[in-house]
Amino acid sequence: MNLAPAMDKSVSEDEWVSCLWRIRTAADQEAFARLFRHFAPRVKAFLMRGGADAALAEECAQDVMATLWQKAHLFDPEKASAATWIFTIARNRRIDAARRSKRPEPEDLPWGPEPEPDAADAIGLQQESARLVKALAELPEAQRHLIERCYFGDMSHREIAAETGLPLGTIKSRIRLALERLRHEMK
Amino acid sequence: MTTIKHHISDEILTGYAAGVLPEAFDLAVATHLSLCDECRARAMALEAVGGAVLEETETAEMAPGALDAVLARVAGTAPEAPPAAQPGTVRRKDSVLPMPLAEYAGGSLDKVAWRSVGGGVMQAVVARGDDGATARLLYIPGGTEVPDHSHHGLEMTLVLDGAFCDRGQRYGRGDVQIADETVDHTPVAEPGAACICLAVTEGRLKFSGLLPRLAQPFLRI
Ligand SMILES: [Zn+2]
Repeated sequence: MNLAPAMDKSVSEDEWVSCLWRIRTAADQEAFARLFRHFAPRVKAFLMRGGADAALAEECAQDVMATLWQKAHLFDPEKASAATWIFTIARNRRIDAARRSKRPEPEDLPWGPEPEPDAADAIGLQQESARLVKALAELPEAQRHLIERCYFGDMSHREIAAETGLPLGTIKSRIRLALERLRHEMK
Repeated sequence: MTTIKHHISDEILTGYAAGVLPEAFDLAVATHLSLCDECRARAMALEAVGGAVLEETETAEMAPGALDAVLARVAGTAPEAPPAAQPGTVRRKDSVLPMPLAEYAGGSLDKVAWRSVGGGVMQAVVARGDDGATARLLYIPGGTEVPDHSHHGLEMTLVLDGAFCDRGQRYGRGDVQIADETVDHTPVAEPGAACICLAVTEGRLKFSGLLPRLAQPFLRI
């Protein structure tokens, strides 16, 4: 529990999963603090890259982290990593701020939330997500920026279009694997 | 669910996962995803890319005391309890309109404020954003041509009931046709029951010109 901040980068996906579980089941403030220190500065940077000024990004990042506490029960480690789940909260917060209306979401899956996650399925998905992060990090810089800008919602850079034909084999195969796993989960 | 043959394109689904589509297109995608597990899984895989971007991105220092401020805000409230599991039930209130669409259309199909546009065809605008992108429900009697609702740019048509045929392809419930002004198409509702679909068009602000080029080089899944 006393990992130095410098080690934060190497914290495994399961650690975040367990922090979210402790918030959900025990309202664990220390688990929340760990998640906050890692993710809040990323969410803030993410929102600023999408065009928010520092004050708005700070406010929205705090909202996102509050949502994480309140909605911890909606996190499903069989379907998303903590980073992916937090990304979707941040993305939706950005859309709410821009439109003042809620983003349309698909219906809940008919089988509903499961009371306890299946450990093996969850570990598989978390490992897949960690490999996707690694694949993204290892892309050539130009290519990584292309993907980042798309997700930041930074649509103003038309020069993005010029970046074509770069080798994206690894990340594509990682997405395909993540996809196969999700398809399997939904059977 | 297994009968859907025409799905959301990679470009549009990436835009949905990234959160950069106009609201009207978000609505059509969310409606299709409510009917299609295949595309729902694809969208979740594309959201995982967003998670990887968030993990890999630089950081921006939070204001001093931000953690305490958020803790003070939430600590009084326990995290919400999970809802009771309801395995095997869909809480859909309307058999034709999936929930995200029903919420935009007044709750159910019988609440839709249809307006006649001639030839027995009726329409109802359910979403129109500041960007001008518009989602409208269309009611097309069997055997009737689907009116040309495209102006220019990208358009997306999602069948909710009945079916239409276009260029030798049949589009039934859940199927999506994606077209732009370069596609010369004349969808015709199948003889018999009326066809009800959700048609989404771009407005003055074109996102489609940029979006496919954004997505094309990398996410062909
Ligand atoms: Zn589909």
